[in-house]
Amino acid sequence: MKKEALSDRRKFILNMARGAGLATISGFIWSAFVDEATASPLLLRPPAAIKEKDFLKTCIKCGLCAIACPYHTLLLAKPGDNKPLGTPYFEPREIPCYMCPDIPCVPVCPTGALDESSVTTDGVLDINIADMGVAVVDDNSCIAFWGIQCDACYRACPLLGEAITIEYTKNERTGKHAFMKPVVQPDICTGCGMCEKACVTEKAAIFILPRDVAEGKAGNYYIKGWDKNDEKRLENANEIKTTTEISKKSAMDSLNGSLEDLY
Amino acid sequence: METLWNNYRYLILRRVTQISILVLYFGANAWGWNILMGNLSSSLFLNFIPLSDPYAALQMLVAGATLAVDLLVGVAIISLFYLVFGGRAFCSWVCPINIITDASSWLRSKLEIDRAINKKQPASRTIRYWVLALSLIISFFMGITAFEFISPISMVHRGIVFGLGFGWAAMLMIFLFDLFVLKHGWCGHICPLGGFYSLLGKFSLLRVHHLQEKCTLCMKCKEVCPEIQVLHMIGKESLPVLSGECTNCARCIEVCDDDALEFSIRKLAQNKQLESNNENNK
Repeated sequence: MKKEALSDRRKFILNMARGAGLATISGFIWSAFVDEATASPLLLRPPAAIKEKDFLKTCIKCGLCAIACPYHTLLLAKPGDNKPLGTPYFEPREIPCYMCPDIPCVPVCPTGALDESSVTTDGVLDINIADMGVAVVDDNSCIAFWGIQCDACYRACPLLGEAITIEYTKNERTGKHAFMKPVVQPDICTGCGMCEKACVTEKAAIFILPRDVAEGKAGNYYIKGWDKNDEKRLENANEIKTTTEISKKSAMDSLNGSLEDLY
Repeated sequence: METLWNNYRYLILRRVTQISILVLYFGANAWGWNILMGNLSSSLFLNFIPLSDPYAALQMLVAGATLAVDLLVGVAIISLFYLVFGGRAFCSWVCPINIITDASSWLRSKLEIDRAINKKQPASRTIRYWVLALSLIISFFMGITAFEFISPISMVHRGIVFGLGFGWAAMLMIFLFDLFVLKHGWCGHICPLGGFYSLLGKFSLLRVHHLQEKCTLCMKCKEVCPEIQVLHMIGKESLPVLSGECTNCARCIEVCDDDALEFSIRKLAQNKQLESNNENNK
């Protein structure tokens, strides 16, 4: 049996359908790869980097920040680093950010992925308000928490006495010595990582994490009643938003009722 | 010696250009030179003039990023440059991948691999436009510059300037793909950056011009051309190469012993006329 030749229109439609099908397959593979390849929550970005989600789409991966860095702190992610390809990052235990007052890495950014205004106070560059991450102490491996005197991180901190403070407590074990424990003040810490670099333990007992990884969040329904500024948040509070339905029973009924609805 | 120069003058110039650009970028990172800093995605020329990849910027725009002024200026400069000199002049005069794929294609013809393949290659040269469209769709939905995270071009170029990592694997993959899988596979079929510059190059001023009356039909030009479809007029009509897919590599010009091909500035009105005639003839 001889089949009739396909009409041009049919051929065209079939070819377009093939193209669309192939494009769908490759589109999903591509998307899945890019999604995995850009997930790197533990990465430390240069100072003044905008939020990670925006950073990933705004950074053009030109490396001008890395070239500008006089300490070779900033690296560009290479294939095999398991980090979003080509984007700048730093590893403080290798080379920390030395917090140059003129912040050479930031103004060179052509795309605004490093946002100068976030490190500017009153029109002057101010590295002390940079927010690259926050230092976290593992008090189990920090020898100062064992009672051995060490203030390496405290001394290394560029915001000496502000971002890391020393807490004195009595060493009950010896009865006559003091613990000198390093405590990070997260609101002041810039995440430069000089403490991590200076830490004397085999693997640093103080290290930098991205702020949103290291910090929890109390939620806006907790208000510090003893703090006048925090109390101000109540002034215009008129929004009522609940996710669970409020029980209409009285409190006594609820307490004395059967336990059925608990199970 | 003179014929050697005559037959390879543009190839030599292209290699010199490609390698000098790489050296300038490398020097900026390694030794603090400030002639050309950054990389092909975005750079600073003479410490002052921004240059940016318009395709990367387009992905950023689609992904929903705010485009900074410096970036837009850089994009404008690069776009204008390639509008004048032919979009895909980037491919043959700047892109480091070109060195790899040219080597691959040279070896492919030396090994006579195409004689071992009976069937016509099924791949279409329009794949690059599909990849281009796909990259923008993914950029839009994922909120990320889709091609920039997989681009072997920037992997290799950034690798040479800032440290390669496993970037050599990307180089090897492209080399082997072009050598064994698809002739002129990456640059001639798949690369969306090439596709982007093809579209941009449609309007460019600098074109290769064919003079039919001088042509002796030796077809050397078609043998060396990496985008053979753009030379459809050889031996038939005197026409400029109007397709944006021409990379202005000028290999055809230098291999031609009859001076039947040359660079010329596109005469806009006349060429439009030719183009429309051409369309009508199809």
